[in-house]
Amino acid sequence: MFNRLTGLKQRIGNYPGVTVERHIGILKFDKTTTELVDLPGTHSLSAHSLEEHITVDVIFGRMEGTQQPDGILAVLDATNLYQGLFLVQQLLDLELPVIVAMTMSDAADKSGIGIDVERLSQLLGGTPIYPVVATTGAGLEKLRGAISDIRSQTPPARIALWPELSAVADVLASTATEPVRFAEIERLLIDGATETNQPILDKLGHAAGGKLETLRDELFGGDPPIAVDARIRYKWVRETQREVQRSTPRLHSWRTRVTSFLNRPIPGTIGLFVVMAIVFQAVFAWATPVMDLIDAATSALGTAVVNTFGAGALSSLIADGVIAGVGSVIIFLPQILILFLFIILLEDSGYLARAAYLMDRVMRSVGLSGQSIIPMISSFACAVPGIMATRVIPNRRDRIATILAAPFMTCSARLPVYALLIAAFVPATQIGFMNLQGLVLFGLYLFGIVAGILTALLMRQTALRGPKPPFALMLPEFRRPNLQTVFIELLGRAKVFLYRAGTVIFVVAVLVWVLAYYPRSDEIAVHVEQQRAAATYSLSGSELADRYRRIDNLAAAAQMEQSWLGRAGHFVEPVFAPLGWDWRVSSAVIAGFPAREVVIAVLGTVYAVGDEADIGTLSSRLKASTWPNGDKVFTLPMVIGLLIFYACCLQCAATLAVIRRETNTWRWPVFAWAYMTAIGYIGALLAFQIGSA
Amino acid sequence: MSINGKTLATLKRGQKGIINFVDATDPQVLRLMVLGLVEGAELENAGAAIGGDPMEFRLFGCGISLRQEHARHFKISPVAAGD
Repeated sequence: MFNRLTGLKQRIGNYPGVTVERHIGILKFDKTTTELVDLPGTHSLSAHSLEEHITVDVIFGRMEGTQQPDGILAVLDATNLYQGLFLVQQLLDLELPVIVAMTMSDAADKSGIGIDVERLSQLLGGTPIYPVVATTGAGLEKLRGAISDIRSQTPPARIALWPELSAVADVLASTATEPVRFAEIERLLIDGATETNQPILDKLGHAAGGKLETLRDELFGGDPPIAVDARIRYKWVRETQREVQRSTPRLHSWRTRVTSFLNRPIPGTIGLFVVMAIVFQAVFAWATPVMDLIDAATSALGTAVVNTFGAGALSSLIADGVIAGVGSVIIFLPQILILFLFIILLEDSGYLARAAYLMDRVMRSVGLSGQSIIPMISSFACAVPGIMATRVIPNRRDRIATILAAPFMTCSARLPVYALLIAAFVPATQIGFMNLQGLVLFGLYLFGIVAGILTALLMRQTALRGPKPPFALMLPEFRRPNLQTVFIELLGRAKVFLYRAGTVIFVVAVLVWVLAYYPRSDEIAVHVEQQRAAATYSLSGSELADRYRRIDNLAAAAQMEQSWLGRAGHFVEPVFAPLGWDWRVSSAVIAGFPAREVVIAVLGTVYAVGDEADIGTLSSRLKASTWPNGDKVFTLPMVIGLLIFYACCLQCAATLAVIRRETNTWRWPVFAWAYMTAIGYIGALLAFQIGSA
Repeated sequence: MSINGKTLATLKRGQKGIINFVDATDPQVLRLMVLGLVEGAELENAGAAIGGDPMEFRLFGCGISLRQEHARHFKISPVAAGD
């Protein structure tokens, strides 16, 4: 609805101190401009989740950096008046102008609900109601006009629903030191003297604080106030519905038939697996050609820069630092866009809630909730969109547990490293109908899943221990998603990723370039010139070109060895020696910490086969690699250890940046990084030591 | 427990019931009451996930899913089918 009213004129920000996004849109009508703030959905003004607190605080004008709103636009689903009216009726107590936009009125008419809009408006104290059809845009123009004019509208009359409460509220208000609204006192009485309600209590003055609990006891007589409030309000809602609604919805459309089919356990679960398979396949396979294209374009652009400006620090910075850095950010876009296209489609069509409902039991048994399924599956393609998708999980603890488990899923960036090492070092023996290489790959996937699940379980038992929230998902009817809405949401996601995560990834990419490039050794450069000159003297044609390439590759390897990165590799060699890694592997692993897929390019450089070398050349070079005493570096236990290290280690600046962004603290990304690195190290250590013993 | 011991959790697929008592002592149940699961609300069992949990109900035309452990807190009086 918000998207339909404001179109692309939106700003997305964050509320101070929290991860909840603030969507602000501008509505222009005639000559007036109205600022619309899209608030997270809530069922009631008594807030429970973080999102609901934001909504309530903004409505009451308590939110830092926002003013008291001029009025409220409530969106009421005509097919679900029951819960909708519960909220709308609470809004009437605010003494602010309220406009109701009634959506789905076409669906309501078709299914014979038939709502008497005029009568409903009367029962809502004269609140204007505008039926709109979001899919066709019918009624939107009228609604826009009404919104632009909201400042001149008088607030609706309050409904005397609960005379006892009103009387008590009057008693409290009479001693108030500052003007205070009825709705605020009402909240104070129902929700009690909570932290959120402190400003209200302050306004009422000291006398009220002492009286409050006595008054609440008298009013509710020991029953939980929320229960009493819900009973009274829903009773009014039922009476209202009986008066304005021709019949309770008995939908008999294709939607109902689909819904009815899908809520049988077996077809529902099969349907879910089919949907999941399609999403997974799309993210995994459809994105690859585009990603290859981006990859090819970045390296072509880099080569072009080197050819134009010649070799040197500046052109290397532009080609290997800036262009490669930008490339490593936009390479994620295809997967993110495809995944979010599916998620938004599934969410808007109402299927996402159903998926969470179907998977709830399974996911609950591993310490997560049904909503974790989409983020987990998505993380097999890439943890970045997977973690972004955890927003659908309302419970904070479940959400963080999912975020910590997601990076263990085997993402597509791990695959090239797996493929290289497995093809080079795991023999292709047949075991039953399986190939040992395939079995190892499968084992690594399984390992990631088990490690992720154990992590989630562990976290829910320790740092994220807490009660399971009641699982009450609203399961909406299936509906056709609105393409404009889908497009706007998709654009918003892409922007958020590029701004927030992209900047971190870019900075890190340039930093790695600096570490791998500097300091330059003049000695090596002079040596290269001498060798080139000698080669020119003795060779010609393609032999000369080959020799040149060999000289350059050896020089790059030599430069790398004495660069800060190479020195770091030497420096940490003792740390990784128990895992059987020499300085070359160590520096490749260090370079891979910001982005694990870099490892292959770095290995290519340190083994002097060039950073664009084909895998065959690289793997034969790896096989030949030895320690100074002649022992092979890449033994099977060492390779298995390295694979385990890769399966665990959080070598991805993008993931860390996204965890930071989604949790709004550095605590979780730092923890995830340290935890996963520790597990990877211990796993690799065990594999090497036991295997070599 | 109500006399016949029926709760939302004991409703079979396609059966309807009207809530006649909510055990509001559990804070988790309060959240569900805010969603409209109060005395007087009519619900129909509309299905379940594999293993029968969570369950899906229709509440005035709107779908809502509950775990069995929570559905047990809502006592109901049955409504004749085909209403």
